[in-house]
Amino acid sequence: MSITTEHRELILPQAETMLLGMGPSHPAMHGIIRLNLALDGERVADATIDIGFLHRGFEKMVERHTWNQAIIYTDRLNYVSAMINNVGYCLAVERLLGVETPPRCVYLRVIMSELSRVMDHLTCIAAQIMETGAMTVFLYCMKAREWIYEVVEMCCGARVTTNWTRVGGLMADVPADFPDAVRQRIPELRFVISEIDKLVTRNRIFIDRYRNVGVMPRDEAISRGFTGPCLRASGVPFDVRRDQPYLNYDEFDFEIPVGTNGDVYDRYLVRMFEMEQSLRIVEQALDKLPEGPVSVEDKSITLPDKKDVYGNIEGLINQFKLIMNGHGIKPPPGEVYQAVEAPNGELGFYIISTGEASPYKCRCRPPCLPLTAAMPRMIIGEMVADIIPIFGSINMIGGELDG
Amino acid sequence: MNVLELLIAVAFMVGVIGFVSLFALFAIWMERKVSAHMQDRLGPMETGGWHGWSQTIADTVKLLLKEDIIPTAVDQPLFRMAPYIVFTGALASFAVIPFAANLIGADLNIGVYYLVAVSSLVVIGILMAGWASNNKWALYGAMRSAAQMVSYEIPVVLSLLVPVLLAQSLSMQKLVEIQAGGFWHWTVFSHLPFALVAFVIYFWASLAEVNRTPFDIPEAESELVAGYHVEYSGMRFAMFFLAEYANMFVVAAVAATVFLGGWHAPLPFLELSTEVSWIGSAVVGTAWFVVKATFLVFVQMWLRWTLPRLRVDQLMRICWKVFLPFSFANVLLVSLWLAVKG
Amino acid sequence: MSFTPVLIFFLGGVGMVFAALVVSRLLAPHRPNPLKNTTYECGEEPVGSPWLRFNTRFYVIVLIFLIFDVEVLFLFPWAVNLRELGLFAWVDMAIFIAILMVGLAYVWGKGDLEWIRPRGSSAGSAKGR
Repeated sequence: MSITTEHRELILPQAETMLLGMGPSHPAMHGIIRLNLALDGERVADATIDIGFLHRGFEKMVERHTWNQAIIYTDRLNYVSAMINNVGYCLAVERLLGVETPPRCVYLRVIMSELSRVMDHLTCIAAQIMETGAMTVFLYCMKAREWIYEVVEMCCGARVTTNWTRVGGLMADVPADFPDAVRQRIPELRFVISEIDKLVTRNRIFIDRYRNVGVMPRDEAISRGFTGPCLRASGVPFDVRRDQPYLNYDEFDFEIPVGTNGDVYDRYLVRMFEMEQSLRIVEQALDKLPEGPVSVEDKSITLPDKKDVYGNIEGLINQFKLIMNGHGIKPPPGEVYQAVEAPNGELGFYIISTGEASPYKCRCRPPCLPLTAAMPRMIIGEMVADIIPIFGSINMIGGELDG
Repeated sequence: MNVLELLIAVAFMVGVIGFVSLFALFAIWMERKVSAHMQDRLGPMETGGWHGWSQTIADTVKLLLKEDIIPTAVDQPLFRMAPYIVFTGALASFAVIPFAANLIGADLNIGVYYLVAVSSLVVIGILMAGWASNNKWALYGAMRSAAQMVSYEIPVVLSLLVPVLLAQSLSMQKLVEIQAGGFWHWTVFSHLPFALVAFVIYFWASLAEVNRTPFDIPEAESELVAGYHVEYSGMRFAMFFLAEYANMFVVAAVAATVFLGGWHAPLPFLELSTEVSWIGSAVVGTAWFVVKATFLVFVQMWLRWTLPRLRVDQLMRICWKVFLPFSFANVLLVSLWLAVKG
Repeated sequence: MSFTPVLIFFLGGVGMVFAALVVSRLLAPHRPNPLKNTTYECGEEPVGSPWLRFNTRFYVIVLIFLIFDVEVLFLFPWAVNLRELGLFAWVDMAIFIAILMVGLAYVWGKGDLEWIRPRGSSAGSAKGR
């Protein structure tokens, strides 16, 4: 007589479901979120997600400040690649104003956006792999990130919260040795990336842990509003840089890596390839980097030089008119949506202007919100240990998610 | 047994405790330095001057001065008992490990057997700690740990059986003696390929026995926070930590004893016979033995800082579907060879 | 008795832990408060108890372990005396191991060696993840 399922249940009593709160104070739930898990042994039977632990009221703060003052709040959205947020916000406001930034500014924005992307991907891969136990990769990545931070520091004096762009240009031109400093770091970055690749990509344990984990099929990824590496890993070749070009990305030659499975391993691979593509863009941009001003020459947008402010009355008045409460940049009434390709996907700024000195409304489309919202869907049915790589692969950033 | 022998045994035990504590201090420092240099950094450099040598001493003092928190929800007796069992289990293994030709706690005629039995004590202690903590992370850690350690015990024991077959004895000292006369007589080299296979299986499975990467899922800090000892603090936590490093040494020492010639030097003229000098023989033997064991501990660290960790189901699969059939086949083949040879 | 040193090691282990805890008790502060003494669950109130009927996979693994552990127990005396007993003993043990291997193949085939059985699959049709 064979043992039927019913018999087995008589012999082996069914395990009870364990309720477990993972986060907010948990080493892997950086960001911060909380997962409420119902566990059936080692398997996740059900899950919900709590967000909002890092809510700062980004949108409300932007409404209370002038157009330029809001830039500093965009730093804190995705603090791993702050410069891309700066660029995205400024592009949106510039579109409202209808101004074009000078070519040097465009190229510099491209260079720093791509370096930020490399930085973000390095951090994501580092954290993801460290949480599966390989601490060494983490430190290799941090070492490489440090080199990029040095470049960031050259541009704006800060490292994490850059506040680098201004509406209509940049805070300041880069120093003269900037191109050489970047050129010198590119081979170093390539070396570290190849080191990580050798250490991890074909490691059997790593593949076993990452393959077919957290799979998101192509159609579902689209309907859930995925963008960025997670969408591309599911096999959709969508990239804002190519499909809705901004800055001058259409001038560069770069490829968009696409995965096939939509699992954690593919997301890792997509990020690895994207770093190489970003470095290629940086190289091309450095070769073509033109001379010239970095801000539009429009006295109603760009602050005058400090020597004019202190040296002549026109400069002083100009400064006053831009800084004083209720004055300053006043884009014409209207609304605009500008998207940029952030490391996590489409980062959009939807801004309404009523012609005042501060935005009427500024909504940020955080790229990791749809990804985080899909977390329960991706982890239900998987094992407890799989939560960690899945969560790592969506690269949730609390500042951007909670706004 | 007279009083003198009793005193000698007590002195040896105290010596072993001192050795274990010193070794743990050294191993933790070594782990930091090894990991640091593998990761392109320096590790501790300040405390004590030369390469931060006294960093772990400072840490021990810190742990000693830390408040010992016992949460209200725990099962008090079990919670308090667990560190005793874990540490005693780790220390008791040292009783049968031969440090030198004349330096062994008790050369039991069932040495290997005793070792296997005593190392299981640690599982009980860990299970107690996890269950008594009344904490879900601790429970998960303990359950994984228990499942992992009992499962990997079978490949460990089966691979230890190969040297036993060769020596026809369970005495640890006897197992070392058959390896005398240079490194080509060491079990691992003298009976290729069986003993080599057994050594490899033993080493990997023993990593699981002591919860080291890639088999460190019971403690997976990014996943289970700290596993079974998440609720322990201060000196109680330090006892788990000490036991873990003691266990690392035990498995490395057993591997060195039964496979790598124990206290024998790689070349015969590098060792001292007891007839020449009793103390000299003990010192030289211990030195060779500790060097071999420390090298294996280094390999454990090397692996830890290189590999990611497995998932619990993959871990079990490797044990039951790879290690188990291989070690059975290995035992059967080596015994067939011995039986035919007579 | 040659087991006296073993006993001494056991006592020494217990004594060492006891001494360390006593020293720590004397030196370390002891200021418990209700908040400090709550169970850790990631900074939030614990939900439900961990003391419940746990996953049954564990039970199955332990059952299999017990069988193999007992088998290994029999292997030791056999291993020590194999040279004297010769080929006959080897054949005996080979048959014994073969029987157990059939058992292993059986549980393997039924999927009981998988730590987690795929959801919804009944006994006998289980496949690995």
